[in-house]
Amino acid sequence: MADAAIFDVAVIGGGVVGAAVARGLLGAGLSACILDEGDIAHRASRGNFALVWVQSKGLGMARYGAWTRASSDAWAAFAADLEAETGIDVAHRRPGGFNLCLSEQELETRRGALVRMHNQPGWIPYDWEVLDRAALAREFPDLGPEVVGGLFCPLDGHVNSLRLFRALHASFKAGGGAYRPEWPVTRIAPLSAGGFRIETPRGVVEAGKVVLAAGIANARLAPMVGLAAPVRPQRGQILVTEKAAPFLHYPIVTLRQTDEGSVMMGDSAEEAGLDERIGLGVLSVMAERAVRMFPRIAALNVVRTWAALRVMSQDGFPIYDQSEAAPGAFIATCHSGVTLAAAHGRLLAPMIARGALDADLAPFSARRFDVPQTA
Amino acid sequence: MRRLTDVGALREAYDLVIVGAGPAGMAAAVEAAGQDRAVLVLDENPGPGGQIYRAIGTAPLRDPRVLGAAYWEGAALADAFAAAEVDYLPGATVWHLDDALEIGVSAGARSAVLPARRVILATGALERPMPLRGWTLPGVMSVGAGQALLKAQGIAPTGRVVLAGCGPLLWLYAAQCIAAGAAPSLILETTPRANWRGALRHLPAFLATPYARKGLALMARVRRHLRVVPHVAALAIDAEDGALRVTWAEGTAFTADHVLLHQGVVPTLNLARAAGCAIAWDEGNACFAPVTDAWGTASLPGIAVAGDGAGIAGAEAAALRGRLTALEALRALGVLDEAGRDARAAPHRAALARWSRGRAFLDALYRPAPHFCAAPPDAMACRCEEVTGAALRDAARMGATGPNQLKAFLRCGMGPCQGRMCGPTITETIAQERGIHPREVGYMRLRTPAKPITLGEFAALRKTEADRRAVERR
Amino acid sequence: MFRRLPEPPARRIGFSLDGVAVQGAEGDTVAAALLALGRTACRETAVSGAPRGPYCMMGVCFDCLVVIDGLGNRQGCLVPLREGMVVETQHGRRDAAR
Repeated sequence: MADAAIFDVAVIGGGVVGAAVARGLLGAGLSACILDEGDIAHRASRGNFALVWVQSKGLGMARYGAWTRASSDAWAAFAADLEAETGIDVAHRRPGGFNLCLSEQELETRRGALVRMHNQPGWIPYDWEVLDRAALAREFPDLGPEVVGGLFCPLDGHVNSLRLFRALHASFKAGGGAYRPEWPVTRIAPLSAGGFRIETPRGVVEAGKVVLAAGIANARLAPMVGLAAPVRPQRGQILVTEKAAPFLHYPIVTLRQTDEGSVMMGDSAEEAGLDERIGLGVLSVMAERAVRMFPRIAALNVVRTWAALRVMSQDGFPIYDQSEAAPGAFIATCHSGVTLAAAHGRLLAPMIARGALDADLAPFSARRFDVPQTA
Repeated sequence: MRRLTDVGALREAYDLVIVGAGPAGMAAAVEAAGQDRAVLVLDENPGPGGQIYRAIGTAPLRDPRVLGAAYWEGAALADAFAAAEVDYLPGATVWHLDDALEIGVSAGARSAVLPARRVILATGALERPMPLRGWTLPGVMSVGAGQALLKAQGIAPTGRVVLAGCGPLLWLYAAQCIAAGAAPSLILETTPRANWRGALRHLPAFLATPYARKGLALMARVRRHLRVVPHVAALAIDAEDGALRVTWAEGTAFTADHVLLHQGVVPTLNLARAAGCAIAWDEGNACFAPVTDAWGTASLPGIAVAGDGAGIAGAEAAALRGRLTALEALRALGVLDEAGRDARAAPHRAALARWSRGRAFLDALYRPAPHFCAAPPDAMACRCEEVTGAALRDAARMGATGPNQLKAFLRCGMGPCQGRMCGPTITETIAQERGIHPREVGYMRLRTPAKPITLGEFAALRKTEADRRAVERR
Repeated sequence: MFRRLPEPPARRIGFSLDGVAVQGAEGDTVAAALLALGRTACRETAVSGAPRGPYCMMGVCFDCLVVIDGLGNRQGCLVPLREGMVVETQHGRRDAAR
């Protein structure tokens, strides 16, 4: 076997999380490689819904609300940078987003959750509002008669997530990064002199730092460097229609029209292990709710459905950590890689490059799961 | 046969559902009928026949010499199908199949999901894409399209007509057009000269078949009527003054009104793949095909694939393979024991062996040149999402090592055709770019819906409380 | 150009194509009727707006998409032609209302 290639940092995982962090590390002046699995893999990045979403994030951890907000605020510049570097427009839009409710009970449940979230200690306030049916009808001329009301937050937006994925990789490559697909990591060994030796069936890499951004696989990799990643797969299903002329000018948490014209629906959550099969019944519920919100879309043809696995921690919040046992080993894992891409590239990556996570990321440490529940 | 007009007329469940009413599907239905088991045939076309026997009962060209004896031989099978005790729903799109043998079918913008105890996929073949520069231009179509027009409507292209590519269908269509008094102008034959080396050892077996003589006579007839340029190694089509300029060598071009392309056929994989059936590279036919055993049974219990959908072998073999899958279904459904199944299968197996002779010669001779299977940079590889060969190659160099990652990079294969027009091209283009065999590249994942259905149809499907909880949890 | 071969010709079927009264023949699909009328292009694509016409005539390629009786993106090669049908060119992306 040839001598190991040597990098300042090796990022394990080439999805949106890994690529965003890796690109940020290049930007901080480090030499970087991404070690990735191949064509067949559990890839949350291929199944995401492409929202850059703020309004419902943070109940239970005020810091997550602020982190999400910071990413959302950084997104426009992040997208502009990507386009300048790669020529790829990731179609970031931030017109504000809605959550539409089909019953008074739904509306009350969701409104109550947002009230509780915004009343948390340490919460940094931002605008949101409850809209009645009449107010919604002014924004959505095609609104179905069963929509009783909804929530709006001006910070919400969306992107074209496949173009984001390609732009991150194109930028990483253009910046001199080494992308190594089909290099699935089998072993990470801290070296006595510092740094890490990373083994794959295709070859070995040595790096001063290592970042675990491998989604579900982080659960397997983290213990190799003294970290913990108690994450599990949670299945989400998506329906997507043929391309239609633009009619939906805001993203809705369960329903959006892409810049290319497709209508996407998806907000299911199932505990199904690694089973990535779709289920017609769940898809039907999503389709039915979408049609009740906008009856005109019933005639659109569905061209694709799929299921993908979200990377869920026990409390649903991200995990960011540096290993105490093996300093230089970092982990980044979350289920909202698109929303958080700007934070990962512009905020998290520089911290990793400096060698220390900022103190205000401490709430995201996996050590939070070690603390016995008190209340 | 009980002809149904909409999904409302379907029973709640069937013992055997056959998808496709071409030779394999019709023969399977005939074999399985009359055994006190509920059999359903679903087919997308308005009438039985599939592609090979398209419009067999309604073809307007009644002169048997035009479409030829091999076409009209389908009438006997169609008659037997019409007499068989089965339910038959034409105009039906099967859009879902899963490992629980639940079948989603749409007709007249209404869908039903019904369970089956056994499923036979007889969805046949489609033409291997031939991604050239300009193959998306209006006026360019496949030879199969031309033949469908000839069979079903009696319509032939006129003016300056070029046929380009390789394979028996190309020659057959040329002969049919000549017989109809609408001879094409030119054939650009792309069979590589080197193919003869691989084909020669199969030649004696081929010459011993009854269709060798017919085939050679047909080719001679075609050559008498029009110019044939052999061993064409490059092709491109450009729009020029309302016509199509076909270029095949430096400085050599022909201005045409129509260009019809063909380079063989490959199995339709969509339903088998959406259900999760394993596929494997078929070196003889240079394509992926579902993995099946001697009874056509796929890797998932209860699902069989019959006919060209399980690997290309032609219409007569397709019908025999349809009968074999039906006999195995009857065994599984408790109608036949193994001995009874084997006894009824014996003559079909013998006939299948006869029809398989000589096939290796055709496969080897008409194996398409790899450079016509991979998309050149200036050709559209994915017609739906308009992704060029250049974009595929760029993404492959950027690290998309397989077709599923390429989708994420480029959306190729994510349009309404569900990868039917680009799947083989994407695999071949990555293989060429990476310098590896297409087998190692693999094939794109195919999903439900196998063909598009409306959102309204999805919305109307059956749901459980658990399904609702998975969505309405908050 | 295409030519209808059968003699005697099949019964004619009247329909409307982009607002003009035209004729097809019994046994036609919508796509076949358009080709017989000399219309090799029936749509503009949703991505680039390029003109396209029927390619496979067997329900596979989705290039024969047209608007039929107000419903967009229908596969013309799978829809039998009916008397009085209203057929229109599919201009790019479909309108969600039709």
